[in-house]
Amino acid sequence: MPFASVTWLKLSKPPDTDAPPMTPPMTPTMTPYLFYTLAGLAIAGSTLVVTRRKPVHAALALLVTLLAIAGLYLMLYAPFVAGVQIALYAVAVTALFLFVIVLMNLLLNQPLKLQPPSHSVLRFAHRDYSRVWPVGLAAGCGLLASFTYALVKSRTLFPDRMVSPSGSNTQQITTLLYGENGRPGQYILSLEIASLLLLVTIIGAAIQVGSSRSVIAPLKKEEPRPSVEDRDERRITNH
Amino acid sequence: MLPITTVHYLVVAAALFGIGVSGVLTRRSPVIVLMSIELILNAVNLNLVAFSRMWGNPQGQVFAIFVTVAAASQAVVAVGVLIVLACGVVARGAARNREPSPNHASLPNGLPNGDAE
Amino acid sequence: MTGLSPIDYRLMLPMVELTIFALGLLLIDLWIPPEWKWLNATGAFIGVLFSALCVWQIQAILPPRGQIGFYNSLLVDRFAIYFWYLFLAAAALTILGSSRYLDIENEHRGEYYALLLISVVGMMCMAAGIDIVLMFVGLELTLIPAYLLFGFRGRHGKEKENHARAREAVRKFVFHGLFSSAIFAYGLSLLYGFSGSTNLAHIVRALGAVNPRDPVVIIALLTTITGLLSKIAAVPLHRWAPAASETALTTISGYILSLGMAAAWVLFLRIVVFGMLPLRAVYAPVLTVVAIATLTLATVAALMQTNTKRLLAYSAIVHTGYILLSFSVIGSERIASPAFFDALKAMLIYLPVLTLMNLGAFLVIAALRQGAVLGDDLADLTGLFDRSPFVAVTMLIFLFSLAGIPPAAGYLGKYYIFRSLVESGHRSLAAAGVVFSLLGLLYYWKIAKPIFTRQPQPNPPLPVSLGMRSTLAITALATLVIGVYPRPLITLVSWVLGIAQATHVAGK
Repeated sequence: MPFASVTWLKLSKPPDTDAPPMTPPMTPTMTPYLFYTLAGLAIAGSTLVVTRRKPVHAALALLVTLLAIAGLYLMLYAPFVAGVQIALYAVAVTALFLFVIVLMNLLLNQPLKLQPPSHSVLRFAHRDYSRVWPVGLAAGCGLLASFTYALVKSRTLFPDRMVSPSGSNTQQITTLLYGENGRPGQYILSLEIASLLLLVTIIGAAIQVGSSRSVIAPLKKEEPRPSVEDRDERRITNH
Repeated sequence: MLPITTVHYLVVAAALFGIGVSGVLTRRSPVIVLMSIELILNAVNLNLVAFSRMWGNPQGQVFAIFVTVAAASQAVVAVGVLIVLACGVVARGAARNREPSPNHASLPNGLPNGDAE
Repeated sequence: MTGLSPIDYRLMLPMVELTIFALGLLLIDLWIPPEWKWLNATGAFIGVLFSALCVWQIQAILPPRGQIGFYNSLLVDRFAIYFWYLFLAAAALTILGSSRYLDIENEHRGEYYALLLISVVGMMCMAAGIDIVLMFVGLELTLIPAYLLFGFRGRHGKEKENHARAREAVRKFVFHGLFSSAIFAYGLSLLYGFSGSTNLAHIVRALGAVNPRDPVVIIALLTTITGLLSKIAAVPLHRWAPAASETALTTISGYILSLGMAAAWVLFLRIVVFGMLPLRAVYAPVLTVVAIATLTLATVAALMQTNTKRLLAYSAIVHTGYILLSFSVIGSERIASPAFFDALKAMLIYLPVLTLMNLGAFLVIAALRQGAVLGDDLADLTGLFDRSPFVAVTMLIFLFSLAGIPPAAGYLGKYYIFRSLVESGHRSLAAAGVVFSLLGLLYYWKIAKPIFTRQPQPNPPLPVSLGMRSTLAITALATLVIGVYPRPLITLVSWVLGIAQATHVAGK
């Protein structure tokens, strides 16, 4: 067996299954309300994301969902992940989406003047739902129902306990990632690989900028100067 | 009222997962498809953090951070691909505009909304 | 113990070499004048050689049961070494074959080679990872360069009005790829939930303790396997393969469909065969059904293609179906029974051969690219034997191998798969496999026929660059030698599986 060979590994001690169960330290009367509010916000937001016609609205709904999930992370005593969620997801990724929506709108409307200005906003989202949308909806709902059923049915698999973290959350995560006292962390290699991933992303962005410039540049040279009315109309469209 | 257990969080994650999947399968606008994929990855992260709390070790949180990093770089690459495609549409449309052709009306169909067959 | 141990550095060295060369290429590329761009290819090639040298050094000191590094997140065992060599060899062949082709496509850029090398780093992480975090990040590091390489449009992509096709391919390749990665990650998160650890060894132990028919376990299994099945292009999720194959530059399609698929298979083997071994009775029937569906649909689709690249993509999907068939053996046999080993052996023999022959066939198509001829239409092959007998003969060898006709290597893997199926009593599956191989002759004939049709006015001879010539020669020769004299490969695979005391074959 090629794979059986790992059974001899001296693994770090298996996760402590006998940790004493304890009640969540938050006051029990308040916690459920907070949870249901945040969960409701997250689910409502995500429903809006997939149902809104206009991508801008969907992006704003996504923002609400992400912030609600960040709240859930805080309830789970994961402040660092919550911070990452807000800084990286809620700010950076949402800003990226808004940016691409705006940019594509500009790209697709300005040089071509496809539509009368009144319809120009986000016209590219106009045939919106795929032709087989009932199938997709059924698949999503089926998945949701079966997952919920399964999770509730075999909830004994996930012991009903909340182990309270010992020590500072951020410090623990840093220890796992970078290590401490000269001892490298458990995920140091994954961290290096992830940094390479980000580097590739940067290279990719540079490549894509280059290739879009090579498409656009000849256009600019050859495009005849717009007439006066043309320019006026464009200005109106832009503002 | 029932105390909130791990399964509660898992059910919320499952709901996000199902909604994300139905978004990917029903929508054509690529930006919204991307957002739905982000929803699925958020479901993953919620699972991981809930499990991390259940087991009392922070490894799940570290995994969640890695998933976030991967999601961010995926989003950047996918958005870049979309913009390049949009530039292609612009170039093609301009090429058509230069040679006088009457079918401006067909142009919106060429937009990169990733439509089905 | 403080700091990384020397062994950690040594295990990391092949990846570090590739990364250094990739970054160097990115920098050097800025100073190289356009007519000297082949230097990029040379640099990348040297990087791969250095990396292979480091792998060889690791292999020389490798204990029989593998070496653990980085706090149990990296397991370099014979399995990993075997696939590291495969990835490096296939990457080297791709680099060698790309140089001239990129000149023709006017895409000769350092980023091409840098991304190629970096994605090999990701594949190495997938092959040697034993920690699901490392495997997931490695998968992303393989996929993102693949998406970026897919975006290299080449000359024809910019000239031709194939925008709708490009859009369709982006939707199928990039977006569905992101989607399946996300589903895969969901499965991984549930696996973490069962075990409380991200280490695969812990996960196996935890999965051994749960009831395999528990609904949540089944959900974890299905989501993980769905993500992985999409990466190996099994049927309901296969549509990215022909779309990517048709739209990308030909060397890139070859790279994605041979090397990328092999890497996805390695991840599949690590996670499904090893990580989910306790659940094999549950997933084997599912995978058998998927295998039959894959074989049927891909065969039918391949018969209808007129585009060579699409046809080859569908043929790659058919081969995925063959390999998946052997999971019915893995599900039903005892661990370490002869049929179980035969099934594993069959997969390990199949994967390198499949990688070589697929890569070779795609490189032949790349060699056809001339002036205005794209080379991806079946008609472009017409009269190839008159234009360049060398290319025609190599193509014929690859087609023989793909179809499983004995002198070339492709029959070996199929033989072992069918043998293990018969040994474990799955005679009907073996018979189905044989039927599909016979049907396969039909669509490979569609490629072979135009090569030998004579044209009234023969086209001018096909100029083939030295790099391409040597790549095709090496690949075809390897295919032939493995087919004619399979003993070393079989011994090597036995060494990988640790079922024979034959360490001397491993180059030591």
